[in-house]
Amino acid sequence: MTHTFFIVFSYVLTALVIAGLILRAVIDHRAQVRALAELEARGIGRRSRRG
Amino acid sequence: MIRELANPTRFMSLSGTLLPWVAGLAVLLSGIGLYLVWFVAPADYQQGETVKIMYIHVPAAWLSLFFYMIMASSALGSLVWRHPLADVSQKAAAPIGAAFTLICLITGSLWGKPMWGTYWQWDARLTSMLVMLLIYLGILALWRAIEEPNRAARAVSILTLVGAVNVPIVKFSVDWWNTLHQPASVFRLGGPTIHSSMLVPLLVMALAFTLMGVALHLSGIRTEILRRRVRTLNLLEAERLDARAA
Repeated sequence: MTHTFFIVFSYVLTALVIAGLILRAVIDHRAQVRALAELEARGIGRRSRRG
Repeated sequence: MIRELANPTRFMSLSGTLLPWVAGLAVLLSGIGLYLVWFVAPADYQQGETVKIMYIHVPAAWLSLFFYMIMASSALGSLVWRHPLADVSQKAAAPIGAAFTLICLITGSLWGKPMWGTYWQWDARLTSMLVMLLIYLGILALWRAIEEPNRAARAVSILTLVGAVNVPIVKFSVDWWNTLHQPASVFRLGGPTIHSSMLVPLLVMALAFTLMGVALHLSGIRTEILRRRVRTLNLLEAERLDARAA
């Protein structure tokens, strides 16, 4: 294998791991925002704590 | 300032403003860094173009230790002050630190094969870095194993602080033992031993990786705060339904 293979493979794998982190962060954040919006739409908000 | 930031609502507002700027700066610096690495930085006189792996391997190694230190200081905040934002910060830091440790190990291995003739050697630096990854994975598993966030945070804090003993071992392993891995060449008492034509791209890439990590950490904290709000509201709803049924 040439040195180019090791260099390119390193950069591609790094890009994939970082892309995975970003994707996971975006998906997780959207899921929580959606869950909170659903709860609030059902009238379960901060005010219901006092009620 | 820290007290103000430690309020989750205040943090959500401030981080919401800050996050796009940090992420944007990370993208910009990554672009500049990659340009410097691929079109400006010279090949090494011994390693040739393979030295390009250094520009991702070294920042990943630094960030692995950086995020462990964030987790360790947050663990102190959890155990001493019992602050919920400290719990959230250490939980958000764990997957990011684990990912950078993985990048460090993989790129180190891919750099080792053409330079040393082997993907892996059980020397002190490589082994302590592998131990670091295992500690990160243990911490991630513990977060998942305990459902109640406050109890999980206390257990994880203890594991994190015990595991912090590995941080100086990773850093000084190349000085304390004879290793195949080279000694420090940037953060050392006598100053960097790398020529500025390689040091500048390395520092730009390190700053880009750091800002990327900080943006991911801010985003992770925000998501975790939302997750806890969702959990609290679900528990309140369950209590309300229980009370109505009784």
